[in-house]
Amino acid sequence: MDRLNFIAGRLVKGALIVLAIAIMNFFIVRLAPGDPVSVLAGQSGAMDQDYMDELRQRFGLDQPLIVQLWIYLQNLFQGDLGTSYRQGRAVLSVILERLPATLLLTISAAIISVILGVVAGSLAARRRGTWWDTLISSLALLFYATPLFWIGLMAILLFSLVLGWFPAFGMVSPEKEYTGIMHILDVLHHLVLPMTVLGLFYMAVYARLTRASMLEVSEMDFVRTARAKGLPEGYITRRHILRNALLPVITFAGIQAGHLIGGTVLVETVFGWPGVGRLAFDSLLQRDYSVLLGIFLITSIMVVIANIITDVVYTFVDPRIEVKQ
Amino acid sequence: MSLVTRLQQLALVAAIGSMSIPAFADEPVRGGTLRMIAQPEPPTLMLGLNQQGPTQFVAGKIYEGLLRYDQELQPMPGLARDWSVSDDGLEYTFHLQEGVLWHDGEPFTSADVVFTMEEFLSEVHPRARGVLAHVEEIEAPDEHTVIFRLKAPFAAFIQSFEVSSAPMIPAHLYQGTDFRDNPANETPIGTGPFKLERWEQGSYIRLTRNEDYWKEGKPYLDGILFNIVPDAASRAVAFETGRVDVLRGGDIEYFDVARLEQMPDVEVTTEGWEFLSPTIWMQFNLRNEPLDDPRFRQAIWHAVNRDFIVDSIWSGYGKVAKGPVNSASPFFDDSLPDVEYDPERAIELLDEMGLEPNRRGVRATIRFLALPYTETYIRMGEYIRQQLQQVGIELDVTQTDVGGWAQTLGQWDYDMTINLLFQYGDPALGIQRAYVSSNLVKGSPSANVSGLDDPAIDELLTRAATESDPEERFRLYSEFQHEIVDNAYFGYLIEAHFPTVYRNNVRNLVNSAIGLNDNMAEVWIER
Repeated sequence: MDRLNFIAGRLVKGALIVLAIAIMNFFIVRLAPGDPVSVLAGQSGAMDQDYMDELRQRFGLDQPLIVQLWIYLQNLFQGDLGTSYRQGRAVLSVILERLPATLLLTISAAIISVILGVVAGSLAARRRGTWWDTLISSLALLFYATPLFWIGLMAILLFSLVLGWFPAFGMVSPEKEYTGIMHILDVLHHLVLPMTVLGLFYMAVYARLTRASMLEVSEMDFVRTARAKGLPEGYITRRHILRNALLPVITFAGIQAGHLIGGTVLVETVFGWPGVGRLAFDSLLQRDYSVLLGIFLITSIMVVIANIITDVVYTFVDPRIEVKQ
Repeated sequence: MSLVTRLQQLALVAAIGSMSIPAFADEPVRGGTLRMIAQPEPPTLMLGLNQQGPTQFVAGKIYEGLLRYDQELQPMPGLARDWSVSDDGLEYTFHLQEGVLWHDGEPFTSADVVFTMEEFLSEVHPRARGVLAHVEEIEAPDEHTVIFRLKAPFAAFIQSFEVSSAPMIPAHLYQGTDFRDNPANETPIGTGPFKLERWEQGSYIRLTRNEDYWKEGKPYLDGILFNIVPDAASRAVAFETGRVDVLRGGDIEYFDVARLEQMPDVEVTTEGWEFLSPTIWMQFNLRNEPLDDPRFRQAIWHAVNRDFIVDSIWSGYGKVAKGPVNSASPFFDDSLPDVEYDPERAIELLDEMGLEPNRRGVRATIRFLALPYTETYIRMGEYIRQQLQQVGIELDVTQTDVGGWAQTLGQWDYDMTINLLFQYGDPALGIQRAYVSSNLVKGSPSANVSGLDDPAIDELLTRAATESDPEERFRLYSEFQHEIVDNAYFGYLIEAHFPTVYRNNVRNLVNSAIGLNDNMAEVWIER
C-alpha cells in the first residue's frame, strides 16, 4: 500500500514537471531565429510577403506569443498536439509513426549496454590489475571519449562497406518486401549496428561505474566479514559486492533515459533510422514548432516515467531506502 | 598470309566486337525497379502545395504539367499534345492529350486545367501566383481545349507549364475543399507514369507503374524506390554498396563525386539542370556602407579567385559565372566583360575609397550571412572570408541554419550573403524578382532584399518581360546584364553543374531540361 501511495505521489509530481517542461519548451523553440513560414519561403524560391502573411495567419503565428501559448495548452489538455506546419498532418500520428523505431533502438541499446557494461565492469574489478582489467578499462575509456557519429561512420565503413555484414542504413530492405518472420529478421539485421553504436558509449560508462563501485564496496567491512565467515568468493561477489555496487548504476540508468533520446538524434541520422530523434532534428531545421513540442512532450513524459521506475527499483534493491510520501 | 586466314581473322575480330556489344543494347526493355535517394525527405507529395527540390523530384513522377521542355528549353508535349500563340501574344491555346486518366480512374479534361490554374495554383503556389497575375481569363471551349487570355503580352508564359511550375490537380478531388486540409493530400492522385504505392515515413517511398498511363508502352520501369538517407556520407556508402542506382546532385559532397566516378560501370552527368540553371552569387546589401560604393563591390569581386572555387571547392562541377543570367539561358550575353581575379586592383580600389588598413590590417568589416546548405557551401564561405581578409576586408560571419538565414535575409539584416538563384526557364520567371524595385518588400527572402533601386534596370526588365520579339528581348536582357555587371551591383561566383552519379545500366536517365525531376517514363534498366 505504501508503495502504491509512493508511486501515486510520484506520478502527480511527474505530471506537474511535464507541464512546466511543456511551457518552457514552448518558449525555447521560438528562440531560434525565423519561423516555419520563413523556412518555407526560403525553400520555395519565390514566396512574396502577402503569401507569407496568409500562411502565418493560417498557422496562428500572427497572434501574440502568450495567446499562442494559451491555445497550445488548451489543445494539449484536450489531447490535441496540433498539426504539423510542414506536413499538414496531425502531430500525434506523425510522432506515433516514428516512435516504435526509436523505442526499439533505445530500449535494445539500453539493455545491451547495462548487461554488457555490468558484466565487463565486474570482470575488470574481479581481475583487477590483469590484462583483462587493462583491456576493458582502455576500451571503456576509448568508447566513452569518442563521438558517437564518428564511431557510427567507422562502423558503417568497416561492417557495411568492407565486410558487407550489415546494411549501411535504414530499418528494412524495402526492395525485398519481406513479411512475417523474415521481416523481423530483416529489422534485427538492420538494428545491430545502430544499437551497438548507441549502446557502446553507455556500455563504457556502466563498465567504468561498475568497476569503480565494486572495488569500493569490496573494501568494506561487511565484505571482509563475509569472507571471514568463509563464504565462497562467487557468492560474495554476487550477493554482497555486486548488489551494493549496482546502486550508482541504477541511478545512472534513470538519468540515461533522457540522454539516450538525445543520442538517437545522431545515431538515427548516421544510420538512416526512421525514428523520433531524426524527426526532432528535421523539425528543428524546419521550425516545425508543433512537431518539435510534441516530441519534447512525449520524451519528457518518458523520462519522468523512467525516473519513477528507477525510484521504485531502488526500494527493492536497497532496503535502506524507505517508502515514504 | 593467305586471304582465307585474313578473312578468318577479320571474322574473329568482328565476332569479338559483337560479343562486347549485346544485340539491341539500345532497345528499351520493360521491368526493374530504379533505386534512388530522396533527401531531405519531402514534407508531402502533393506537388501543388509544396515545390521544394525533393518534392519535385519524387512527385514529378506522379503529377504532370501541360508541357515539358527539352535541354534547349524549347517546349515539348506533356498533357498538352499541341499549342499555339496568337500573333498579338495575348492568346495561348492548348489542345490536351486524349484518353488521359487520373490515378483513380477519372478522366482528365480541360475542366481540370481550368480548376488547377484559376482556383488551385492561384491560391497556394507561390511562383504560379506571379505568373497567373498576367492572365485575364481561362476558357475551356471543349473537353480537350483550353485557352488562356493574357492582360498584356508576357513572353515567358509559354515557359510556365513544366510540372513543378504548374502541376495539374484533379478538380474532382479538390474543388470546393480547403486545399491544405484535404485528406487526398496524403494519397496524391496525378496523371503521371507512376503512382504512390507506399510511403514509410523516415524510411522509403515506393512508386509503382501506372498501368493505365496514356503514353502507349510507357513507363518502362516497374517502379521507383526512393530511400531516405539523411547523412551525406551514408548516402555515398549506399551507392558504393549497390543499394541505390542513382545519386542526384546534392546527395553527396563534391569530393565524394570524384571518388565514386572512379568505380567501374559508374557514370556522371551534369545535364538536366537547364531549366533551373542555378547561379551562385554574392548578394550585397546595397543600403549599407561601404557596400553602397561600387568601388567596394568591385574590390570584393576582384579579390575572390573564382577559378579556385570552381576547380577546388566544386571539384570542377561548374563554371565561373559572368553575370545575372545563366549561360544555359538563350538570353545570356557572352560579350559581358570577364572580371579578373586581381587582389592588387582590389587594394587600389579600397585605397581610392580612402579605406586605410588599421593596426590589424583591416580596412572594413562587414557582416557575412553564411549560406548553410552543405559542406561545399560552408567551405566556399570560408574561402571567400580568407580571400577578402588578404585585401583587408574582414567578414564578421553569422552562422545559422536555413530558417535563420531566410529570416535574416528577409529582414535585410545583413551586409553580404551567398545566395542561389534559379532561372526557371526565363529571366522573367526566375531572376526578375530579385532585381526590380517594385519587389522591395521586407519579409520575404525571395524579394529584392538587397535594396537595388535602379530605374534603368526596372525599365529594362519590365520591357523585356512584355516584349514578344525574341531578338528585342535578347537586346533588352543583354543591356540589363551589362548594367548589373558594369555597376558591380553583385558578385557572381559560379554556375553550378550539379552532378548526377549513376550506374551505366540505367538508360535515358536525363531527357529533358528538368532532368531527374521529370517523370522518368522513358527511363529503363539494361539487363
